Amino acid sequence: MSLDKDQVQHIATLARLRVADDEFAETVDKLSRIVDFVAKLSQATTDDVVPMAHPLNQVQRPRPDRVTESNDRDRIQNNAPAVSDGFYLVPKVIE
Amino acid sequence: MSASSRELHAQPLTQLAAGLSRGDFSSLELTQALLARITCFNDSLNALLTVTADAALAAAKRADADRAAGKGGVLNGLPIVHKDIFCTRDVLTTCGSRMLENFVSPYDATVVERIAGAGAIMLGKSNMDEFAMGSSSETSYFGPVRNPWDTERSPGGSSGGSSAAVAARLVPAATGTDTGGSIRQPAALTGTTGLKPTYGRVSRYGMIAFASSLDQAGVITRSADDAALLLGVMAGFDERDSTSVDQAVPDYVAGLDGSLKGVRVGIVRQHFDAGLDEHCAAAVREALAVLESQGAILTEVDLPNLDMSVPTYYVVAPAECSSNLSRFDGVRFGHRADDPEDLMDLYCRSRGEGFGAEVKRRIMTGTYVLSAGYYDAYYLKAQQVRQLISDDFRHAFADVDVIAGPTTPTPAFKLGDKTDDPITMYLNDIYTIGANLAGLPGVSVPCGLVDGLPVGLHLVGPHFSEQSILCCAHQYQQLTDWHEQCPEDYR
Repeated sequence: MSLDKDQVQHIATLARLRVADDEFAETVDKLSRIVDFVAKLSQATTDDVVPMAHPLNQVQRPRPDRVTESNDRDRIQNNAPAVSDGFYLVPKVIE
Repeated sequence: MSASSRELHAQPLTQLAAGLSRGDFSSLELTQALLARITCFNDSLNALLTVTADAALAAAKRADADRAAGKGGVLNGLPIVHKDIFCTRDVLTTCGSRMLENFVSPYDATVVERIAGAGAIMLGKSNMDEFAMGSSSETSYFGPVRNPWDTERSPGGSSGGSSAAVAARLVPAATGTDTGGSIRQPAALTGTTGLKPTYGRVSRYGMIAFASSLDQAGVITRSADDAALLLGVMAGFDERDSTSVDQAVPDYVAGLDGSLKGVRVGIVRQHFDAGLDEHCAAAVREALAVLESQGAILTEVDLPNLDMSVPTYYVVAPAECSSNLSRFDGVRFGHRADDPEDLMDLYCRSRGEGFGAEVKRRIMTGTYVLSAGYYDAYYLKAQQVRQLISDDFRHAFADVDVIAGPTTPTPAFKLGDKTDDPITMYLNDIYTIGANLAGLPGVSVPCGLVDGLPVGLHLVGPHFSEQSILCCAHQYQQLTDWHEQCPEDYR
């Protein structure tokens, strides 16, 4: 197994994912298989190869700095789990 | 029975367009006929997650009024289904996930806007692998899609709801998205035609992001000429997508009439190695012989890094997915866990509950390959190999105009067959992934039946060669009738 339980827990924390206890063993097993599979990449000879960032070698184009969106707050916040007076509500973060 | 007197559901898009303009039937009649079919068949196929019947009927009436007034775009009154990855204003947009189970989009994707702007009628939204991560449409939170050719089998994925809906004649055309084969593979497994355009050809605005350097929108239709008609509407520059390409859109329909004479068709040596079902190989070879009979010149080409394409993809795509899906935090939209202890607990449990197992695996794979100490060995290395794969295609296209081969290694597999081992599922995309890594356009067309199940011929061309690959596909479909085959219970 290329990954152990602690590593998988660390990855899950970085990814902000809770993995349920009954899913944990399977997650370790399948993630290990995926990591083993992609490790095949180490066999490729890539000296001096410039990493490819984009399929078309495009540049990002600038645009004029002007307002293009209208204020659609209410419509957008209809999808929010908890709002009050136009603010998103989260558990208390400052004591 | 003459073509125009066929029942409405049996007619492809181009034929329906002709019937509407002749006044043989109205858009309202057409819409009613297809909605009735959806009511009859969708429960067993699970192809559509949302049916927008009332809005469709109202839009059809408007389309008929426009036609009567001499107005209306090229798709006026024609029905379509959108994959549930495209944002549709005031309509549920779930992406096949519990995370977005109740998400009602506040805006339309550019693809949706352009297709509606040309007069098409949206009948509903199609089922898919969760966040487009899968090759079987089994990872959907809303249950698997079934293949109309054999309901024990998968219609492919991730655009499996779209492919099943078109194959079952519930709708003549459906949009899809393709990150590693998600349009072409389901098209192959359902006997439909699936087009993935060049990266940047069609706007990604409003298309829920999976892997932004690979994702591209396209269509699943009954034939190449229908795909050409739709691509002409969908393609083109969009300032709201920073990777959209500002390049003129050719008349794809006019381009279908070219000849195959002298077209150089590359056959990839490695495509016919072990792993390809022998009956599929035979069907593909027969299709190549058809192209040759029309004057195409078959040439062997080499893609030496082909075997690296799936491992490369499964580093690059998860890396981008882990970043893209970080927006789902249980705060602004999407699923939120009950009674969080603190903010960290809110994030972790909302995401843990909202995402399914495959999506979580991909987020974690991506997080791992981007994390300190592993970035160079995995992510950077994969981007280098991606360049080698892209160079392989560039070298091949110095000698040939199009590369032809199988779309998938086997015909449709049984539901549940590949869900235990992620790698087995991933390898299903071996022939299609290269086009995404290199940003190339590809199309899959039906080229045979093996034990009653469809097989696809895959055509890939250089960047922005949609016109020539669609022309090849169309010319092939003029000589064969595999694309006319329909599963028995859906004729």
